[in-house]
Amino acid sequence: IGQVRNMATLKDITIRLKSIKNIQKITKSMKMVAAAKYSRAERALKPARVYGTGTMALYEKADIKAPEDKNKHLIIGVSSDRGLCGAIHSSVAKAMKREIAKLSGAGKEVMIVNVGDKLRGLLYRTHGKHILINCKEVGRKPPSFTDASVIATELLNSGYEFDQGSIVFNRFRSVISYKTDEKPLFSLDTVASSENMGIYDDIDADVLRNYQEFALVNIIYFGLKESTTSEQSARMTAMDSASKNASEMIDKLTLTFNRTRQAVITKELIEIISGAAAL
Amino acid sequence: MMAARFLLRRAVPALRHARCYADAPAAQMSFTFASPTQVFFKEASVKQIDVPTLTGAFGILPAHVPTLQVLRPGVVTVFNDDGSSTKYFVSSGSVTVNADSSVQLLAEEAVPLDSLDLTMAKANLEKAQSELVGVSGEAARAEVLISMEASEAIVKALE
Repeated sequence: IGQVRNMATLKDITIRLKSIKNIQKITKSMKMVAAAKYSRAERALKPARVYGTGTMALYEKADIKAPEDKNKHLIIGVSSDRGLCGAIHSSVAKAMKREIAKLSGAGKEVMIVNVGDKLRGLLYRTHGKHILINCKEVGRKPPSFTDASVIATELLNSGYEFDQGSIVFNRFRSVISYKTDEKPLFSLDTVASSENMGIYDDIDADVLRNYQEFALVNIIYFGLKESTTSEQSARMTAMDSASKNASEMIDKLTLTFNRTRQAVITKELIEIISGAAAL
Repeated sequence: MMAARFLLRRAVPALRHARCYADAPAAQMSFTFASPTQVFFKEASVKQIDVPTLTGAFGILPAHVPTLQVLRPGVVTVFNDDGSSTKYFVSSGSVTVNADSSVQLLAEEAVPLDSLDLTMAKANLEKAQSELVGVSGEAARAEVLISMEASEAIVKALE
């Protein structure tokens, strides 16, 4: 039995056309909002980048590397709560899953911190037992240093003494591109016992602990700033292509609508004429 | 050929001299001073920096011994190459002096000193002092003490 499809009536096409036009309005306005948030985020990113690279400078110059045999790892994934931004959340989740698989395969213990509800949604089903902390209400307002310090405080109070860690975030490259990047986090012990630390004069344990805690907040802050800028730019491009697609659909549907309208008129004419001819 | 060998032998002592540790540190300091929201100096060359740390205030010149320090509320003075100096008030943060004479001064909050108001600072100090009397609980007490320390430092810096 073949499938019989009724040709769409004018009413159906009208309804569809109206709904797509509404969607296009929404995606256009979302694009404007994302563009405004993006320009603000990008402006805030400039000093944050100097700040972040300043924080990492010590670890790079002192060439601090974590010893291979340590077992407790930590991964902080930075994303946000809101969707409609392309592959932002899934790329971070993918990188985290890859790391977890690699570390678990080598017999290490891994715990993760999710900054952003979307990450929690992507990870809790398969990697639920690795989740240490979930952070919500991320992405609505631009991230501040206070937010980063709240996350760091929760992490330090959780009691999980990690030996080594990394923070996974989307590094902003340009309006149309971002890259999922990973920066290392070092524990107090790793830094204290690293061989190059000997050249640093007169550091007592308290100072080093304060320094490390401050550095942790700084790195999280840097990740948050880069992540929001990437997210807003990705949302801008996603909404832009959604609006373009909607325009295309509107054009096609308008043509179909006109053709259908003309077909209806022609059919009515034919009926009238053949009715008149029958008389 | 002989000449080349001669040149080579001459060149080697010079090379060895260049690798000596005493020459290694740069005569210039690469100074980066930033807060989360603002960059004051980025890899700039300055003559000296005075910083207030938990273990006391000290000045950093190029080829200072590498160290890590934590800041306390106080005034940071930056002496530029041309002799002028600018003062900033910092709330807290860290300072890192690396072996290659690069200095990273990261402050949680930093403002130029002339943007602070003495009367407001005194009012804040008095408020903190009166709060100290009535406060209870360790965390709240620590907060009030911090606020007092910061206000005292601001008042001292402005006077």
